[in-house]
Amino acid sequence: MPIARPTSLDDAVAVLADDPAADVLAGGTDAMVEISFDHRRPRHVLALRRIDELRQVTTTSLGVRIGAMVTYGQIERDHATLLPGLAMASRTVGSPQIRNAGTIGGNLGTASPAGDALPWLLAMDAEVELASVRGTRRLPVAAFVTGPKRTARADDELIVAVHVPAMEGPQHTAKLGPRNAMVISVACTAVVLDTAARQVRIGMGAVGPTPLRAPDAEAAAAEAIDWDALRADGTAIAAFGQACAAAASPIDDHRSTAEYRRHAVGVLASRSLTRCLAA
Amino acid sequence: MTTTTCGPSSTAATGSAPAVTGSAPAVTGSAPVAPPGTRERTQRRVRDGLGTSADRPDGTPKVTGAFAFSSDLHDQRMLWGRTLRSPHAHARIVSIDTSAAAAMPGVVAVLLAEDVPGKATFGLEHTDQPVLARDVVRYEGEAVAIVAAEHPETALRAIRAIEVTYEPLPLLTDPAEAATTDPIHPDGNVFRTLPLRHGDVDATGDVVVEGTYEVGMQDQAFLGPESALALPSDDGGVELFISTQWLHVDRDQVAACLALPADQVHLTLGGVGGAFGAREDVSLQVHVCLLALATGRPVKMLYSRAESFLGHVHRHPARMRYRHHARRDGTLVKVEAEILLDGGAYASSSTAVLANAVCFAAGPYRVEAARIDGQVVRTNNPPCGAMRGFGVVQVCFAHEAQMDRLAAALDMDPVELRLHNALKPGDAIITGQRLTGTAPVREVIEAAMAHPLPPDPREDEPAIALPGGAGLTARREDVRRGTGIAVSIKNLMYSEGFDDYSTARVRLETSPDGEPFATVHSACAEVGQGFVTLAQQITRTALGIERVVLHAADTGVGSAGSTSASRQTWMSGGAVQLACDTVHHGLLERARGVLGVPDEPLVLEPGRVVDPATGAEVAIAQLLRAGPLEATEEHHHAPTSTLDADGQGDAHVSFAFAAHRATVDVDPDLGLVRVLQIATGQDVGRALNPRAVIGQIEGGIAQGVGLAVMEEILVEDGLVRNPSFTDYLIPTALDMPSVAATLIEQPEPGAPFGAKGVGEPPTISSTPAVVAAIRDATGKALTRVPVRAQDIAFGEAGAIPPTAGSTSAG
Ligand SMILES: Cc1cc2nc3c(=O)[nH]c(=O)nc-3n(C[C@H](O)[C@H](O)[C@H](O)COP(=O)(O)OP(=O)(O)OC[C@H]3O[C@@H](n4cnc5c(N)ncnc54)[C@H](O)[C@@H]3O)c2cc1C
Repeated sequence: MPIARPTSLDDAVAVLADDPAADVLAGGTDAMVEISFDHRRPRHVLALRRIDELRQVTTTSLGVRIGAMVTYGQIERDHATLLPGLAMASRTVGSPQIRNAGTIGGNLGTASPAGDALPWLLAMDAEVELASVRGTRRLPVAAFVTGPKRTARADDELIVAVHVPAMEGPQHTAKLGPRNAMVISVACTAVVLDTAARQVRIGMGAVGPTPLRAPDAEAAAAEAIDWDALRADGTAIAAFGQACAAAASPIDDHRSTAEYRRHAVGVLASRSLTRCLAA
Repeated sequence: MTTTTCGPSSTAATGSAPAVTGSAPAVTGSAPVAPPGTRERTQRRVRDGLGTSADRPDGTPKVTGAFAFSSDLHDQRMLWGRTLRSPHAHARIVSIDTSAAAAMPGVVAVLLAEDVPGKATFGLEHTDQPVLARDVVRYEGEAVAIVAAEHPETALRAIRAIEVTYEPLPLLTDPAEAATTDPIHPDGNVFRTLPLRHGDVDATGDVVVEGTYEVGMQDQAFLGPESALALPSDDGGVELFISTQWLHVDRDQVAACLALPADQVHLTLGGVGGAFGAREDVSLQVHVCLLALATGRPVKMLYSRAESFLGHVHRHPARMRYRHHARRDGTLVKVEAEILLDGGAYASSSTAVLANAVCFAAGPYRVEAARIDGQVVRTNNPPCGAMRGFGVVQVCFAHEAQMDRLAAALDMDPVELRLHNALKPGDAIITGQRLTGTAPVREVIEAAMAHPLPPDPREDEPAIALPGGAGLTARREDVRRGTGIAVSIKNLMYSEGFDDYSTARVRLETSPDGEPFATVHSACAEVGQGFVTLAQQITRTALGIERVVLHAADTGVGSAGSTSASRQTWMSGGAVQLACDTVHHGLLERARGVLGVPDEPLVLEPGRVVDPATGAEVAIAQLLRAGPLEATEEHHHAPTSTLDADGQGDAHVSFAFAAHRATVDVDPDLGLVRVLQIATGQDVGRALNPRAVIGQIEGGIAQGVGLAVMEEILVEDGLVRNPSFTDYLIPTALDMPSVAATLIEQPEPGAPFGAKGVGEPPTISSTPAVVAAIRDATGKALTRVPVRAQDIAFGEAGAIPPTAGSTSAG
């Protein structure tokens, strides 16, 4: 089985142009599990670890560009001030070993409904940068993730980076599971307050086929918040939680029940908003 | 009495210095224990003898990764074995076509039920489980065919190439219907019915409380999956390296199924990666030997994690209905209980598990009367058998919830109620058996309660320490704190008239450098409990030498019995002691000859034998010039009797008691829990290796906390939905409470060194203590474990009002 280990992005997309069926390998924390379970039998692997340009976090006037190979560990350690919500979400992922190997690009590549980086990226209106020999394009996260473990990535495309717009204002993410660490999300929320635009935005994970926004809840909360004092009354905060719960479309499975997930995502939404306002 | 505090968690220090990891635990006052049974004793202490926290001989290799687990076994010529398992919980096998699999290059053997040369079935108490299913499969994962191939991937492809046509049969998955449903096995659907009638069964109390309780299916969740290497031997027999709990009972089952005499089946223990009861039953033992004999080549088998979940027994799920009667002053008058255990498809140790559930249904309390009806049945659910706590875990959850209900009904403090009814030496349990040994029930409760509570919540506490942990779901003001207590009684050793014994051989000789050393040969399975350390400690103390080598545990020596029922310290420790005594005796005989004092009482000291009258001495090394001294001894415990038709009888050897006080933080809205601290008092007889005892206490508590709040095999229509560590959750470091332990040391009469088994009690009452604490924090009834988030968030309020000790933080 050939394993391509290019050191440049150009070489990497050339590999995919040649063989669009090649399996892209980032940190391997999802890919190796699939291989072990025999859900995937790679014939040709494109390993990204040697491509330094994918490991960079860069800031521009427009925002932050996070390379696809940036790990949760890097975000947690080095970028908590720049990307507070993502750092909180990163801390919830797996164990230290998983966070040192697992990447943001890989989370997008897998596009699990329970992917923990995704709600925050969605709330931030982040855009996924894709590259191929045909050129590059950017897709909003909402358009990129098309279903449970399905994305709009073409077979010959590589996820290169995700762009997060510059934004002022507090953020909070919360993730819930039946254990205090190392657990798959049963419900997850990322709330960001865009104080300049006076917007409230939420991304909800594990309560629908893809990460979800709650536009009605966001609009009502933005109305209810006193943006100068950054305050809202308890009723408005509770209503935000209820509206978020209503916007969720959770399922029953062996990890939890739809009823509990809906309840939990509402509680988390209220609490995340409260924390943003208290910050 | 010794106290130690230890904490993997930084959030709940209890005031004393953390101990346990790395260095010696902070246990004081534990003098080395003198070996009884000999008139002449070792007077001075030998290093790392009994009573010290001697290091494990396998400790460094385990920590550095050098230890060879059975999954590391390897032979140059070996094939890989693999098992085809039923995807159905109940089906008729219409046909099996192995031709495609057998024709695959690299496949060396494909075997079916008709290829089993000997007994077609195996089982610990009843041989009702087919080695390979012939016409019916009764649970998901039942073995149907086995293959051996040159490569593990080829073996995997080969089992997929076997074509089995199944015709699904009606499922029996509700244990309550088992007794009245058509038999799903020729032996019927009821493994055992056990009624117990004690005292005036018509008595009634002033106060009566009732409850219905449920325990889910817990898994032992050991980390080292089933694995073995079998090699055909020259005499036509087989050599098996295996991780197991009882080599000899495996050997006997393998020999029977292979139609070989027992002496042609030789077993050696492979490195065991945890057991907790799940390695008592045969899993791959017969399969791997069959393949080795059929191919004439060494064969290795290694289960995947998913296969491991299907390939071993679990803890019996239980449904229990209880009624407690008490007088106004809290005195227990009568306990009534109906206990239904789901044994799954095959018998395993179900009958003995039920006996424990029934005998200890009332807990560690004096009760004038009892009416208990227990039944364990067959269903198409996964087979259940032994797991740490063995039947007592289930009833302890129920009787302790009942004690809290009763305390609430009487408006009495729950600790007071327990102390009021606590068993004392001389009291009888509900089987009518009197407690002739130690019974420090009051002491364990008081010791648990005497530990300081964890510190009050602080503002600057890291959010990760709150319920929800790393997920940052709670703020301090979302959290309520609660405490709860639970107490347990557990039998030690096997019960109901079983003549249990262990064998040990001890050989004392000099090494080429002239130093004396001893070799201990025991078939005791070291599964992590520390027998390897203890065997060395006993021998050092008994023979006054430091160098003790352990012979590999194998069937080349007599049976040591099972590493279960908290029995190996008592049984195999006792056997090592007896063998040492005989060798010791031989040494003194030789010394009398050398010193020319035929009648003097001599004394063995480290490295020498001394005549205290004259001060004359002779080195052990010199005494061994005449050749090695060797002894093989069997140790039997005092006999027990069976239970009569009313469940009465002296069925148990000894009893151990423990109390646990749990402190939890709960986020009631989300239903999330953080167990902060477990304070415990445990009746240990004597702590022969205090660090090892603390290790058992911490590990047992981790398993008890797991059952309380997360561990459950989810079964739907007979199918296991979470056979992985992604979805079968066990506690992480963030879920593990700090542990504050007090060891109650009252030497047990009749026990070698006065030591009681310590492995099971920590698991038993820790679960109900945690649930009691959650009830205290939330006011929810919570009658089922594991407690799920939705049970707390949406659950019914309970009849158990918060105790005075509860605080609402924030
Ligand atoms: C024990 C454990 C715990 C875990 N816990 C969590 C958790 O708490 N939360 C969570 O969200 N996830 C968790 N995961 C899943 C996993 O760690 C994350 O999804 C991680 O982000 C995957 O990144 P990776 O770099 O390892 O991706 P890989 O496994 O290398 O790849 C994942 C997928 O994305 C594709 N891919 C990767 N990079 C690119 C790219 N640049 N361009 C195109 N396609 C690409 C791959 O082909 C593959 O299909 C856990 C996994 C394990 C094993």
